[in-house]
Amino acid sequence: MNKEMNHGAHDKVVFGFWVYLMTDLLSFAVLFATFAVLRHSTFGGPSLRDLLDLPFALKETLILLTSSFTAGLAMIAVHGKAKRWALIWFGVTFLLGVAFLTLELTEFSHLVHDGNSWQRSASLSAFFALVGTHGLHIAVGLLWMLISMIVIWYRGLTLFVTSKLVRLSLFWHFLDIVWIFIFTIVYLLSFT
Amino acid sequence: MMKSRVLKTYISGFVLSLGLTLAAYFVVTSTAVPRSLVVWVIMIAAVFQFIVQTIFFLHLDEERRPRWNLAIFVSTLGIVLVVIVGSLWIMANLNYQHTSPADIIKDEGIQL
Repeated sequence: MNKEMNHGAHDKVVFGFWVYLMTDLLSFAVLFATFAVLRHSTFGGPSLRDLLDLPFALKETLILLTSSFTAGLAMIAVHGKAKRWALIWFGVTFLLGVAFLTLELTEFSHLVHDGNSWQRSASLSAFFALVGTHGLHIAVGLLWMLISMIVIWYRGLTLFVTSKLVRLSLFWHFLDIVWIFIFTIVYLLSFT
Repeated sequence: MMKSRVLKTYISGFVLSLGLTLAAYFVVTSTAVPRSLVVWVIMIAAVFQFIVQTIFFLHLDEERRPRWNLAIFVSTLGIVLVVIVGSLWIMANLNYQHTSPADIIKDEGIQL
């Protein structure tokens, strides 16, 4: 009975988190709409095609996609109560996330260094707002993952911790899905 | 038993996503595909990858009834479409209204 009640409470919490993800999806939708409207408004400056590096973006995409996969492997370990594997796979996911964020910040710093910051044109403002918001989410997710790994290490995979990890993995998969559209609409579409 | 089935969904999701990402990338970089088709191909690849990941990574298909997660997911997608398509439509129309009357007369084929 007690276990069932816990399960019901867990379902409710996951649903609440899912509703949050959907509202987050809406804020990304607004940023995508802004980008789609402003993408060619370069104010006489260079277009995104001149500025962006497609093979570089493919590298970022493959890293983030792999991290989404390893987050799934971590959750299999979590549900199998395999603490060590859970830590290993979350560790791998964390490192891939850090690699992704490093690449993204490298791209941003190159753009800003060459005088193509968000102040350059409406097109670049929209680019930085959209890609930067995603990067900020990734940074928050990485902090969350680091804290979760410490909690797993000290408290083990209790029902409470597992429920937290379910939400973390949903968040991480969600960010990967948003990135698919950033890769397609921001990067690939600029080169057609 | 259950574990290997979940593992299988993650592996198939990963392989399909990789395939779709690389396919879209090569369609854009190669010269073999006609330019007019490229936009459609990469958008369709993105939509397919979206479906693949919601099923294989988010496991939205395994939810028990009543399917509240699916319900709010579908309504959110509806709002997302309205926001994006609506913005593009309104802004394109506004852009059009701001062109010179001569352009509109020419575009609409109005005989004076």
